[in-house]
Amino acid sequence: MKAAVVVFPGSNCDRDMAVAIEKIGGVKPQMVWHGETDLPDVDLIALPGGFSYGDYLRTGAIAANSPIMSAVKKAAEEGRHVFGVCNGFQMLAEAQILPGALLRNSGLDYVCRDVDLVVEDSETPFTLAYEGGETIRIPVAHHDGNYFADEDTLDRLEGEGQVVFRYGEAVNGSQRNIAGIRNKRGNVLGMMPHPERLIEDELGGADGRRLFEGLAKTLS
Amino acid sequence: MKAQIFITLKSGVLDPQGKAVHHALGALGFEEAEDVRQGKFIEMELADGTPRERIEQMCEKLLANTVIENYDIRILSGEDAA
Repeated sequence: MKAAVVVFPGSNCDRDMAVAIEKIGGVKPQMVWHGETDLPDVDLIALPGGFSYGDYLRTGAIAANSPIMSAVKKAAEEGRHVFGVCNGFQMLAEAQILPGALLRNSGLDYVCRDVDLVVEDSETPFTLAYEGGETIRIPVAHHDGNYFADEDTLDRLEGEGQVVFRYGEAVNGSQRNIAGIRNKRGNVLGMMPHPERLIEDELGGADGRRLFEGLAKTLS
Repeated sequence: MKAQIFITLKSGVLDPQGKAVHHALGALGFEEAEDVRQGKFIEMELADGTPRERIEQMCEKLLANTVIENYDIRILSGEDAA
């Protein structure tokens, strides 16, 4: 699995992402600075969590307009796999690669804990190592994870099976408890929870591991 | 020239921050505050003669997220801009 992790000023989960990809995918990903205009020839592009540009203006808004994002958009259109976690999901929404927006959590709190997550779709390249309908435990750590889209968009997402992960408990006020969505084609996934943080039991759990196993299987 | 841009959440979008501010005003005894919506205000110096269309493009591309926000542009000229 050839992969790249894009690093923005303020990214702080880029190394966790790189470790997860290397441990499970077997190949060290290339770290790509956001100011680059070209991506290396890779199968997977990961947009990591963090606080790019200090969350100024809106979370992910300035990063979504970074030089590298034109290349990410093009790669997504070409069918290469793009995976955005937390701030990475916020960027994908801001760049309109995925629909909707991430608002301030309804309780106004920064939520940082493990949550129940239901795998709604186990047919995607990101989730094929999970069982459909399975509940897993994955940590969240965000202030702006409250997924919003208008009713028509939500109905369309549900109808097309694009809701990949749903919270199994109240977390942040997300519409229809949406925690992660994919694009129509299925090669782009954005999610607020952090699977890269739980890849071995020594870290408190390994439920995130299978996401990378699924990707490694698809992209090997 | 100068432009002022008011960015507000669309009516269907919940505004927990506005709600918290509203609640705090109520706790201070300002019962007449019936509802609060919080937004952003951006003031910008622009090259003279910048067409409104360019400012709209700035709003569409970066300053507002039109999935959740509306924007209103006011262009100040002459004494207003001083």
